[in-house]
Amino acid sequence: MGEIKMKHLKAIIASIALFAMFAGTSLQAKVEIQWWHAFGGRLGELLDEQVNKFNASQNKYTVVHTRKGNYSETLNAGIAAFRAGQHPNILMVFEVGTASLMAAKGAYVPMYQLMKDAGQKFNPKGFVSAVSGYYTTTDGKMLSMPYNSSTPVLWVNKDLMKKAGLDPEMDLSTWKRVGNALDAAKAKGIDMPFCTCWHSWVHLENFSAYHNIPFATKSNGFAGLDTELAFNSPVHIKHIQTLGKWAQEGKFKYMGRRNEAGKNFRAGECMLMTESSAGYAGIKKQAKFEFGIRHLPYYGATEAPQNTIIGGSSLWALSGKSKEENKATAAFLAFLSRTDIQAKWHQDTGYLGVTTAAAKKTKSSGFYKANPGTDLAGIQMMRNKVTQNSKGLRLGSFDQIRGIIDEEMEGVYSGKKTAQVALDSAVRRGNVLLRRFERANK
Amino acid sequence: MEKRVFFKGWWLPALLVAPQLLISFVFFFYPSGQAIWNSLFLPDPFGLKTEFVGLDNFRFLLSDPYYLASFKTTIIFSTAVSVSSMALGLYLAALADRLIKGAGVYQTLLIWPYAIAPAIAGVLWLFMFNGNIGLASYYLKALGYEWNHTLKGDQAMFLVILASSWGRISYNFLFFLAGLQAIPKSIIEAAAIDGASFWKRFGTIVIPLLSPITFFLLVVNIVYAFFDTFGVIHTITSGGPEQSTTILVYKVFSDGFVSQDLGSSAAQSVILLVLVGILTVIQFKYIERKVHY
Repeated sequence: MGEIKMKHLKAIIASIALFAMFAGTSLQAKVEIQWWHAFGGRLGELLDEQVNKFNASQNKYTVVHTRKGNYSETLNAGIAAFRAGQHPNILMVFEVGTASLMAAKGAYVPMYQLMKDAGQKFNPKGFVSAVSGYYTTTDGKMLSMPYNSSTPVLWVNKDLMKKAGLDPEMDLSTWKRVGNALDAAKAKGIDMPFCTCWHSWVHLENFSAYHNIPFATKSNGFAGLDTELAFNSPVHIKHIQTLGKWAQEGKFKYMGRRNEAGKNFRAGECMLMTESSAGYAGIKKQAKFEFGIRHLPYYGATEAPQNTIIGGSSLWALSGKSKEENKATAAFLAFLSRTDIQAKWHQDTGYLGVTTAAAKKTKSSGFYKANPGTDLAGIQMMRNKVTQNSKGLRLGSFDQIRGIIDEEMEGVYSGKKTAQVALDSAVRRGNVLLRRFERANK
Repeated sequence: MEKRVFFKGWWLPALLVAPQLLISFVFFFYPSGQAIWNSLFLPDPFGLKTEFVGLDNFRFLLSDPYYLASFKTTIIFSTAVSVSSMALGLYLAALADRLIKGAGVYQTLLIWPYAIAPAIAGVLWLFMFNGNIGLASYYLKALGYEWNHTLKGDQAMFLVILASSWGRISYNFLFFLAGLQAIPKSIIEAAAIDGASFWKRFGTIVIPLLSPITFFLLVVNIVYAFFDTFGVIHTITSGGPEQSTTILVYKVFSDGFVSQDLGSSAAQSVILLVLVGILTVIQFKYIERKVHY
């Protein structure tokens, strides 16, 4: 009796083992790739949706996404993992890290190469050139795939404008007019008339492009590693000094270096905020007040503003992965550049429609009409023919340089330094790092 | 006469010290050697290529005013953390030592904060002083005091000192209490009978008898302030504003792992290594002499 049972048991175990083996092989047939990114909150949900859609759309590949912290943390995690040979297939790198990756030949598979090897149909011309230019070599080879791109705009809390006795539709196209509005708001006791996210990006990098003045020499670094910073011109100094003055007078409240101020705006505390157009996703979801979107203000001295530049990230295919995995990566990236995916991403998040087809589709769907202001970012970016000063930035160690700029600007806001002293110091300190980067990447 | 024990042969003593040697090698000599070696190179972040630069990393560092300022920051920070947490620890221990009823409860409650990891402590204090939602910053504002540690260096410094000292008070309290309880009551009572006041007894009997513990705590607290406060600083200020809370250890981290400048980071580790070596020698050579065992 016992022996028979034993036999049964053995048979059961054997069949389970056999089944597991087959199941194992069928699971193995699915190629799994890793994607490290920096999106949490609403953006994280939307990203997750894209991945799920891809995984459900075919049965050959599985994409696993992991959030590694903010942009800088994600880049650093990727670099550290690369050194240890534990890197993901796809790494999200924000625009600031672009030059660092470009210089690290051998760390990535260029996008055009990846797509060619995988036999994936891919048209780099389908991307808006103002965006793809950032990630393309001077001889026209696309190195990484634009994922999310945005540009700074002015966000308006219309309810607070009314409370300040201002017309919520008033002209806010120049910094002078903004200054007048802030004076009025302060007089009416509004606690936080102005706040901003991403100080360096908005008030120096985009400021330079918008006013068509160089941020750095050698076409902002596009023309060579021997570039030098140039953001201590009189126009720059005037603007930063103005911000410092507003901070001293309590009209501008400094909340932090990244997008911390977004919290205050969404909570209805801040009246005017300069922040990425991609603040849209969160503001739309959380704001319990009427908000508006305006073009980034400028100084009337220039007749009309040039264009603003992008921020955001692109996706890099890291090297050292098997051919099969690279094929999966190529398939996923091609999926992301599909018009329907891009159009949805653009409409949900406020990021720019990075392919011309997606922008067209959004327009024809009547989205811009239904959501006034959502088309401003695109217009602002592409309103003029791009100049040497408004193509973007390609500077090494730029994350670190931004840190220096942030530090020096903190000195201005707290009243410890004048804008002249702070910007001169930032340029000097930043140039040291550029020379170090040039040396390490010769 | 001194007692000496001799082992015959060499393999048994070698075997007995081998684990310690192995651990020292793996966790100290090997990494230190790596740091010294790396400090002579300028690698790119991805580790694809590297260049021998000799002492250039050190030259680069010592010409950086922010690196030099970081020394000053470290001295202010570690002195403030050590002194404040030891003084408060001693004060609380002296009070708890005199308790007759409920001593256990008080002692347990006072030791409690020590169980909280530095990073968590940092987040707790950050919440209280957060410019948007913090209770402490709210009340300060009500009192007419503008609190914004993201912008004001002295406030940021105060906050990281507060958060770092807080958990440390418990640790110091524990040791001081044990020290106080080890002092024979008879000595103190004899002094009291001779008419010595409380402060007189405290100054002339208790403090000298506590000196071994005080010395031990001084060393441990300075080491703590130098190295273990990383979590607090990282969560509260990330070294800002304008590097006003960037202590040396934090700079090693931020230059190496945030800015990916591994050459400079390695050079800083080497400087730190030398510095801690000097500090330890000074402590044992000069301060320990004044300690009564």
